[in-house]
Amino acid sequence: MVKRSHVRKVYWNSATMTWWERAYLPEILRGLIITGGIFLRNMGRWVTGRKGALTTYYPEETRWDYAAGNRGKHVLTQRPDGTPQCVACNMCATVCPAKVIEIDAAFDPDDPAHPKYPSRFEIDYSRCIFCGLCVEACPEDAIRMVKEVPNLPRHDRDHMWLGLDELLSWNPRSDVAKPYPAKDAAAQQRKAAE
Amino acid sequence: MIQDLVVYAVYIGYALAVLMTFGTVLTWVERKQAAVMSDRIGANRAYVRIPFTQVKLIWLGLFHGLADGLKMLVKEDWRPKSYDWYAYAVAPWVVFTPVLLVFAVIPFGGLLEPGKLFPPLAGWFGDRTYPLQIARLDAGLLIVFAFGGMTIIGAMLAGWASSNKFSMLGALRAGSQMISYELIMGLTVLGLIVVYGSVDLTSIVQQQSGIVLGVLPAWGIVYQPFAATLFMAAAMAENKRIPFDLPEAESELIAGFYTEYSAMKMGLFMFAEFIEIAIIAALFTTLFLGGYNLPYMNDGGFVFPGNHAVPLPHGLVVVIQLVVFLAKVLLISSFQILIRWTLPRFRYDQVLAFAWKFMFPLSLANLIVTVVAVWWLTN
Repeated sequence: MVKRSHVRKVYWNSATMTWWERAYLPEILRGLIITGGIFLRNMGRWVTGRKGALTTYYPEETRWDYAAGNRGKHVLTQRPDGTPQCVACNMCATVCPAKVIEIDAAFDPDDPAHPKYPSRFEIDYSRCIFCGLCVEACPEDAIRMVKEVPNLPRHDRDHMWLGLDELLSWNPRSDVAKPYPAKDAAAQQRKAAE
Repeated sequence: MIQDLVVYAVYIGYALAVLMTFGTVLTWVERKQAAVMSDRIGANRAYVRIPFTQVKLIWLGLFHGLADGLKMLVKEDWRPKSYDWYAYAVAPWVVFTPVLLVFAVIPFGGLLEPGKLFPPLAGWFGDRTYPLQIARLDAGLLIVFAFGGMTIIGAMLAGWASSNKFSMLGALRAGSQMISYELIMGLTVLGLIVVYGSVDLTSIVQQQSGIVLGVLPAWGIVYQPFAATLFMAAAMAENKRIPFDLPEAESELIAGFYTEYSAMKMGLFMFAEFIEIAIIAALFTTLFLGGYNLPYMNDGGFVFPGNHAVPLPHGLVVVIQLVVFLAKVLLISSFQILIRWTLPRFRYDQVLAFAWKFMFPLSLANLIVTVVAVWWLTN
C-alpha cells in the first residue's frame, strides 16, 4: 500500500457547519436580530417604567436574594424589654481575628441578674472579615449575623463603623433564644425572695 | 459676498457642533446601548452639580462623555523617547482632521433660501440660495475617498513614530486592512455612481427623492441593496472597530498603533473613531438612504405615489430636513454600535481573506451586474 504524503488532517473538534452557516451573512443577521431583540425588549421595559436590567443598583437598591446562611452583618439580640442581651464579656472582641469589635462595659445597679452591659458596642466594617467567630464565641447568644448587608458605601474608612443604634435595630420579639426574665420580673423575684 | 461668508460661517459652526456632539454623545450611546443589550444599566454615576445647590444632574449618565474628556485633558501627557517626535506629535491630527473634513461635502439639508426663511433679512439676502452643504463640489464622493484615505497615513505615522513593536505591528495591520477595504468601499460605490451618473453628493441625494417601481422611494438601498451591505461592512472595517479592530486588538497588541499615546493625544484617536462612526452613518445616509429627505419628499414638499403633492412652507422643509438627517445618522450609528457589540473579532488572516476573497469578488460582480443592467435599461 502506498503511503500518501498529503493526508488531510482531521481534527476531532473541526467545525461542522452547514452551507447556510458557511454563507456567514444569514448567521450574522441572526445574531443581530438576537442582540437587537434583547435591546428592544429592555428598552421597552425602561420606557414603560419597568426595570430592563438584571443589575441591582447598589447602594440605592440591595438585592433580595441573599442566601439564608449569608453572613451579611451583625445584630445584637435583645431581651423582651429592649435592653441588649450582651453582658460585655469581651469574648467576641477577643476572638475576633480582625480585631474590629470595640466594647465599653458599664454597670447597671438596677439589674442584678446582669449588671454589666455595653455602653458602647462598635464594629468596624471596613476591616471585618465576616467570619462569624464572634457569633460562635458569644456565651449569651447576644450577637448574631443576618443575611442582609449593611448599607455602608462611604468615602473614607473612618465612617464605616456601626454602633449600638444600628446593631440593635433587629428585634423580632419571638426569636429571643434565651428568654431571660425581664427587668421588672427579676425585681419581683428579688422581692419574693426577701 | 458678505452674505456668503455669513451663511458658510454658520454652516461650518453647525457642522463642527454636530460632529463634536456626535463624538461625545456616541460614547454615551455606545455605553448605554451595550449595557441595555446585555441586561445591564450602564454608566450612570457622573453628575454635574448646580453651583451653590445640592441639585445633582445625572441625566442618565450623559455627563460621562464630559468626564472622559476632562480626564483626557488632565492626564499626564507621557511621550516616549521616540526618534521622530514630530511625526509622533502630528499623527493624531493627521487622523483627526480628515475625518472632520469629510463632512464638508456631505449635504445635510436641501436648498436654503435665507431671504424666504428670515423675512427681515430678505432685502439683504435678496433671492440668493445656498445648498445646506459646506462645500458643494462636483467631485464630492471623490473628496470623501481622498480624505478617508488620509487617515491611513495618520495611523501608519503613529505606529512608525512610536518606535514600539506593538505600535509598528498595529500600524502595518491598519495599513493593509484599510487599503484593502478602501478599495472595496470604492468598488461598491462605483455601482451607485453608475446608477446616478454623478459623483456630486447633492445630485445623488436629489435623485433619491423620486419614486421607483410605483411605490418605493428611489433610495440607493433600493437600487443597490447588495452594495449597501458591502459598503457598511467595508466602512466598519475602515473605521477599525470590532469585528475589524485588528490594528488595535488589545489582547494581542495592547492598543495597536496608539499604544504609546496618552492623554489627549490618545483621546484624539478615540474621538476620531467616534466621529468617524457618525461620518460613516452620514455617508451611508447620503448614498443609500435618501440623505436628508423623508421618503417621497423633496425641497418643495411631499410627492406621494400617484402624484399626490403636498407642498410645505420653506421653513418647515428646512427644519424637517435637518432633523431627518440627524435622526438617520443617529440610527445608523446605533446600528453600527449594535454590530460592534454583537460580532466577535476576526482573525487577522480572516480579515484580509474576507476582503480579497469574499467582498472583492462580490463587489466586482455587483458592479458588473449594475453596469449591464444600466446599459440594458438605457438602450
